[in-house]
Amino acid sequence: MIRRAPRSLAEHAPILFPALMLIVFFVIPFSLMIAVSVARRVPGGFYEPDFVFANYERFLTAFFGGVLAFSLELAGLVAVLAVGVAFPFTYRLARLPRAAQVRWLVFLLSILSLSEVIIGFAWSTLLSRTAGITNLFVALGLMAEAQSLTPSFGALLAGMVYQAFPYTVLVLYPALARLDPSLVEAARTLGSSPVRAFFTVVVPALRSTIVATLIMAFVFALGSYLLPQLLGRPQHWTLSVLITDQAIYQSNMPFAAAMAVFLVLVSLALVALALLAGRRKEEA
Amino acid sequence: MARKLNAFIAGLIALLLSAPILVVAGVSVNAKRSLDFPPKGFSLAWYAEVFTDPGWRGALVASLVVAVLSAALAVAIAFPLAWFLWRWRAPWARAFEMLGMTPFILPPVITALGFLSFWTTFDQYGAPWTVVVSHAVFFVTLPLVTLSMGFAAVDRSYVEAASTMGADDRTVLRTVVMPLVRPYVISGFAFAFVLSLNEYIVAYMVVGFTLETLPIKIFNALRYGYTPTMAAVTVLFVLLTGLVFGLIARFGDLPRLLGAWARHD
Repeated sequence: MIRRAPRSLAEHAPILFPALMLIVFFVIPFSLMIAVSVARRVPGGFYEPDFVFANYERFLTAFFGGVLAFSLELAGLVAVLAVGVAFPFTYRLARLPRAAQVRWLVFLLSILSLSEVIIGFAWSTLLSRTAGITNLFVALGLMAEAQSLTPSFGALLAGMVYQAFPYTVLVLYPALARLDPSLVEAARTLGSSPVRAFFTVVVPALRSTIVATLIMAFVFALGSYLLPQLLGRPQHWTLSVLITDQAIYQSNMPFAAAMAVFLVLVSLALVALALLAGRRKEEA
Repeated sequence: MARKLNAFIAGLIALLLSAPILVVAGVSVNAKRSLDFPPKGFSLAWYAEVFTDPGWRGALVASLVVAVLSAALAVAIAFPLAWFLWRWRAPWARAFEMLGMTPFILPPVITALGFLSFWTTFDQYGAPWTVVVSHAVFFVTLPLVTLSMGFAAVDRSYVEAASTMGADDRTVLRTVVMPLVRPYVISGFAFAFVLSLNEYIVAYMVVGFTLETLPIKIFNALRYGYTPTMAAVTVLFVLLTGLVFGLIARFGDLPRLLGAWARHD
């Protein structure tokens, strides 16, 4: 079997179905969304094809600016917290015996794939008055009586870090699993403590991985759309929530599409940046 | 000392990650229709209700059917693409690979909105089959990634041997390649299955008003107050998800699938 460029139609045939599916059901929907974002809204919940930027002009309002600023701040905070905990954790995880690693990976994957609905429900139960953690504090005598901790910014932050943590670990895992153990051994032989070796050898060696992971976690957190509704107050709504709300409940598809296009551009720019940061590491 | 500290921190993280699920599991066995933790009394009635109540059972069946069909379709899209990229030297076809990776990286609300505009434009909005196609394309990334790894792991000298003996592409694929990549096909299917089962926003935007999948049903039910039945459904879902990943780990090389090179590479 020689691996050369395919020539005949028969040789090209296998890619026909996947190519068609991806073009029809991904490229076309995506292009349609861009077309809808410049459509003109007609009262009554519909829109007509047009080429207006009215939907984009709404980005200049204080309301949208506020939502955008909050979304970015929240995603940034979540990314920093998730990577801050996940990096040392993954470093240890990658050094566990194989069977223990597999157990952790199964556990983390299970949490990662949990529906946002389920995570939101579980956290609002954990932080509720009747079933929540405050009952434990009362039992321990730390608190006078049980109270509800949700909805609040803290609840939202906890839920989102919980959601982002397994993702962050899995993004970090390949780099940390392949990290040359002799680096740390050398530092240890030269007399540095494990903690010192971690901060002076491991962290600098993986600086670009950390940057790339921070960006990926940031994009991941930007995508959270149910937790702000389930654990936060209305002022904690993010761009993703606003898009869903405009599309479904306000029937303003053009504005929703315009915001989605904006979110795509931000996310793609960030992902490109993350890939760039990751590549620099490989060259170094 | 350091070892004890490490074990303590690992235990603490495990506890924090399990805490919400543990509380939900506790709530799900309350004897009365209340959300108390620690539970008051013990009853498995809420688990029975998931299977006897037509609403919950319908949602469970809908979710399972959608997940099986869309995972199968995702594999059907990913397999020929991954095979083509492995078999032929065709740099232009990488564009389709990238296309298959994109929906997974972008915030899900974007893909959901794209599908909403698409199905409305073609007048199919709300038709139950649309969610199968939408999920298949949304999650095609997973079988695509596992299959690319699977093909990359096939030792080309086996293929050489087979084709020297006169086997054509089809025979090589059936007798040599397929048995080697089968674990990757299965794990790709399983990843897509589990994620489709748990997916909310795409399903909601595409068929939210006509077909209730389990996550949609839970979300709708949340608005009318929390019940132990929801907690029971959640526990069943967590168990099912854990079971699927446990099976992947049992029959496949999970660390390798997640990007850690095996020692002998």
